[in-house]
Amino acid sequence: MAIALPAEQVAREDLVMFVNACFSCTGQREFYNDARGQAVSIEFLHEYILGNYRRLYARTLAAGINHFNRAQIVLNLLATGRDTPSADRAEEGALIAATLRALPPPRAYRVLELLRSRRINNRRSRAIAREYLAGRPDLDFDAVKYRSKLRSAVVHGHLKLGDERGPFLFHGWRKRVYTRPLLEKFRQAHYTQEALFELPFTIAEGLAYKHGIPRAVFLERIEPRLTQAERMRLQGSAARTKGVELSVDLSRVPLTKLALYALSLAPAARLERREELHAALSQATARTLGRAPLALGRVAAVLDNSYSSSGSNEKRRRPLGVALAAHYLLSAAAREYRAFWTSRVEDPLLVGARGQTDLSAPLLDALEWAPDLVVVVSDGYDNGPPNAVAELTRIFRTKLDPGRRTSIIHANPVFDSELFTPRALGACVPTVGVRDAEDLPTVLGFARFAEGAAPLSELEHYLAARVRQMIERDARKRGVTAPLSLVGASASEVPPEDEELPAVEEEA
Amino acid sequence: MGRGSAVTKRIGLQGLRLAPAQVYGNFRLVPVLRDTVRGDLRFARRTYPDDLAVVALEGEPMAPGLKYVSYIPHGMVMSWDKQQVEAVVETRLVKPDGKQLKVGPFSLRVLHRMVRREDRHQLRLLPLHLAMEGFLALQFGGPEIAWQEYSREALSTGLSPRVEQSVPGWANAAFAEALRVFEIHEQQVGVLIFRADLLMSAFILAHPDDYRALHRPMLEDFYGELLLQYGFLEEVSPLGSSIEPGRVSSLGDLRAEVARLHQDWAAFVQSCMAGGLMGVEVSASRVYEAGPFTLERFVTGLQPSEENHLGEMILREEDGTIEYLKTYRLSAAQTRRAYLLKQVSAAGWNLEDAARNLRTSRDELMVRMRNAGFGYLLKPEVLSQAVSRHTRR
Repeated sequence: MAIALPAEQVAREDLVMFVNACFSCTGQREFYNDARGQAVSIEFLHEYILGNYRRLYARTLAAGINHFNRAQIVLNLLATGRDTPSADRAEEGALIAATLRALPPPRAYRVLELLRSRRINNRRSRAIAREYLAGRPDLDFDAVKYRSKLRSAVVHGHLKLGDERGPFLFHGWRKRVYTRPLLEKFRQAHYTQEALFELPFTIAEGLAYKHGIPRAVFLERIEPRLTQAERMRLQGSAARTKGVELSVDLSRVPLTKLALYALSLAPAARLERREELHAALSQATARTLGRAPLALGRVAAVLDNSYSSSGSNEKRRRPLGVALAAHYLLSAAAREYRAFWTSRVEDPLLVGARGQTDLSAPLLDALEWAPDLVVVVSDGYDNGPPNAVAELTRIFRTKLDPGRRTSIIHANPVFDSELFTPRALGACVPTVGVRDAEDLPTVLGFARFAEGAAPLSELEHYLAARVRQMIERDARKRGVTAPLSLVGASASEVPPEDEELPAVEEEA
Repeated sequence: MGRGSAVTKRIGLQGLRLAPAQVYGNFRLVPVLRDTVRGDLRFARRTYPDDLAVVALEGEPMAPGLKYVSYIPHGMVMSWDKQQVEAVVETRLVKPDGKQLKVGPFSLRVLHRMVRREDRHQLRLLPLHLAMEGFLALQFGGPEIAWQEYSREALSTGLSPRVEQSVPGWANAAFAEALRVFEIHEQQVGVLIFRADLLMSAFILAHPDDYRALHRPMLEDFYGELLLQYGFLEEVSPLGSSIEPGRVSSLGDLRAEVARLHQDWAAFVQSCMAGGLMGVEVSASRVYEAGPFTLERFVTGLQPSEENHLGEMILREEDGTIEYLKTYRLSAAQTRRAYLLKQVSAAGWNLEDAARNLRTSRDELMVRMRNAGFGYLLKPEVLSQAVSRHTRR
C-alpha cells in the first residue's frame, strides 16, 4: 500500500525516529530483543539517514545522543567524506573533532581503532586523528593504557609521536630503557612487582596476574590509582575479597550510574545504607540540575518497575535505574511532584523489577491528580488489555483535554529493533528515547518534535542551535575562540578556510 | 488403572480471574490469577536427572507387571498440611524416590506408581504423565470376546504396547523465549498457553509462589504437536478493542471504560479462545483422595471434529474450586486413534457392528485401524485381504 505523504513530514518523522534511536540504542541486548537484532536495526537507520539527510545526520552529533551512536556517526561521516557538500565541510569537520574530544577516551580511541579495521583512510580522518592526539593531555598515559588502540591509530594515520613513544608502541618493553617515567614503569613492571602499582589499574591487573600477586594485596595497593568508575565497578569484587575495602566517593558519581549502583545492592544492604544513598542521589540530582536547569510545575511521573525493567545481562536493570533516577530528577525539578509506580512501591530506593506492566492504572491515577506534565518512563510494553493505554490517551487527548492543559510525555530507555524506534504508547503521546535520566532536560525539549506539532524547519533550527552551542563549548574548553564564521554559519554560506580546523584538509 | 468410574462434569474457573495476555511471536500467554489464596496446598518440584523412567503401575516396582515408560524430567510433590507445607516448600533435601539403574551410558529410574503417598499429608505425582497414562489405558485391555479377526497378541495382551508421541517444551525456542519475557503477576497461579491462538495447555496451581518457581520448568513438560505446528505464522495480532468517545465525559468514566476492556478481554478468552476446554463436558475419573482434595484425571469428548484435551486436576471437595490443573492438547491423529478405539470398544469389539455405527464397511474400518497404527491388533492375513479388497474397489 502506498500512501503519499508530504516530503517534509517524511523527513521530520525519519529524523525524529533517528534521534530517538540514537538516544536509547547502544547495540546491546535488551530484555525483549537480542544484540544482533539491535545492531542490524541501528546500522540500517544510520545508513538510511546518512544517505538521505547528510547535514542533519552530522548535526545529530550535537543533539545530546549517547556515546555509542556518536561514535557510529563519526565513523560513518569519515567513511563517506567525499559525499559532503563543500558548503558543509567546515561544520562537519568541526563537529567530528569536537565530538571526538567530548567522548570518553576509551570510546574515542575505539573510533580511531575502527578507522583502521574499517579501512577508512583519507586526509580528513588522518587529520582528525592527529588533532585528537595532539589535544590529549598526557599521551604517555594513553600510550600505556590504550597501547594497542593508539598503535593502530599511529600505524593507520602515519603519525609521528616523537622520541620514545614510537619505539614504546612498536617494540614495547623488551628493547630498551626509557627515560619517560610512566613508560619506564611499564617496562619495569614486566620484571618487578613493585613497579606495576604505578600503572593504570586495567594494565596493572593483567601484570599482577602474571606475577601471581594475591587479589587482596593487589586491590589494596592499586587503590590510589583507581579511577572513580573503576572504584564503582570493583565494589562487588572488593566485597568478595577478604580484607579489602574500596572507598567510593558517591558524591562524584553521575545520577543514573548511582541509581544503577543502588539497585545492584541487595535489599538488606540498601535498607542499611538508605540515608547515604538517598543523600548521594539527591546531591547528584542537584549537580545535574545545576548543569542543565529544569524548572517544572506540577509533575506526575508514571514509572515502570515491571519485570521487563530488569533489562538484560548487558544492560542490567537499566530501565529501572533510569526510572529511579528520573524519580529523583523530576522530584527536584518540579514545584509539586508525585510518583506513580506500576506496582506499588513503599520506598523508591528499595524498588525491584517484578510483576506485570499495567500502565493504564497508574496513568489514570496520575491524570486524576491533574498535573501540568505527566512523564511516563517505561519500555512501552504494556500488559493491560491490548490497546488500553493507546485508547486511554487518545480519549483523554481528544475528549477530556483537547486544550492540552496536561501534557503527557513518554521517555523510553529501550530501543525496539523491530520498530526501529523506542516502542510508543499510541499516537497521542510523544515518545522520546533516553539512555540516562540526565538526558531528560534535553529530551523534554525534543519531545515537541516527537509529537509532530512542530515543522521540520523548527527541528532544523533546534539542531543548528545545538551545533552552535557545542562548537562554542568545545572552543571554550580548548581555550581558543570559536571560528565566528562557523558559529554564525547558515547552511547556504560557504565558510572561509580556517587553519584551526582539520575539516578543511579534505581529500582532493 | 480403572480407579474410580468416570463421571461427566464441566471445568470452570470459579475463584480464578484472567488477566490480559502477553504476546511473544505467535505465543499468547494468558495469566490466571487467584484472589484468595488459602495456603493449605503447596507444590514443590522434584527433578529426576535420568534419561528414562519406568513407572510400575501395579505390583512391586521391580516385579513384572504393567509399566509406563517415558522421559520424566521432574515430578511434583504436593503437601496439604500446614506443617508439612512449611517443611516441603523451603526444603533443599532430596528424598530418595524410586530406584536408579545404570544401563550402559544411560541412567534409568524405576518409580513406584504415578501417584504415591510419601507421608501423612504428602503426595508425589508425575504431572501430566498421570493423565497421559489414563488416556493410554483407555480400552487397553483389548477385545473381551475372541472375534476371529483379532491376532493372538491382541487377544492375550490387549493393546500393549500402546504408544503416543509428544513434544518437550524446549523443542521450540520461541516457547522458551515466550516464557522468559513473560511478566508474572503478583497473584498469578497459572497460565493458559495459546499457540497461533489455539489453546495448547493450561496450567494452574494453588499458590502464587509455587507458580513463580514452576514457571520456567514448564519448558521441561511435554506438549501436544501444536507446539511444532503453525511455525510459519509469524505473529498473532494484539486483539484490542476500542473505547467509544461518546461514553466518556470524565476521568471516572474513562476508568470505568478501561475496567470494561479488562472484563471484555477475560470473558472473550474464557468463552471463545479457551472454549474447547472451559465449560465443555469432560469425563473425569477420581485417582486419589487427599484430605480435603481430590485428584482427578479427565479427557474431553474425543470427537474428531472438535479440539480435545486431556489433563488432571485437583479440586477442593467443599466448593469444587480448581486448585491444580494441567492439560495437554491431543493432536488430530491422537484424537482419531482414541475415537476409533472408543467406537470399536463400544461395539463390543465386533468389527461388523462398529463399522455399521461408523457408517462404513468392515474392510474400510480395518484399513482405518491400520492407518491409525492399530494394525497389530488384527490377523495379518485378514488385514491384507481387507486392504486388497478395499484398494481394488
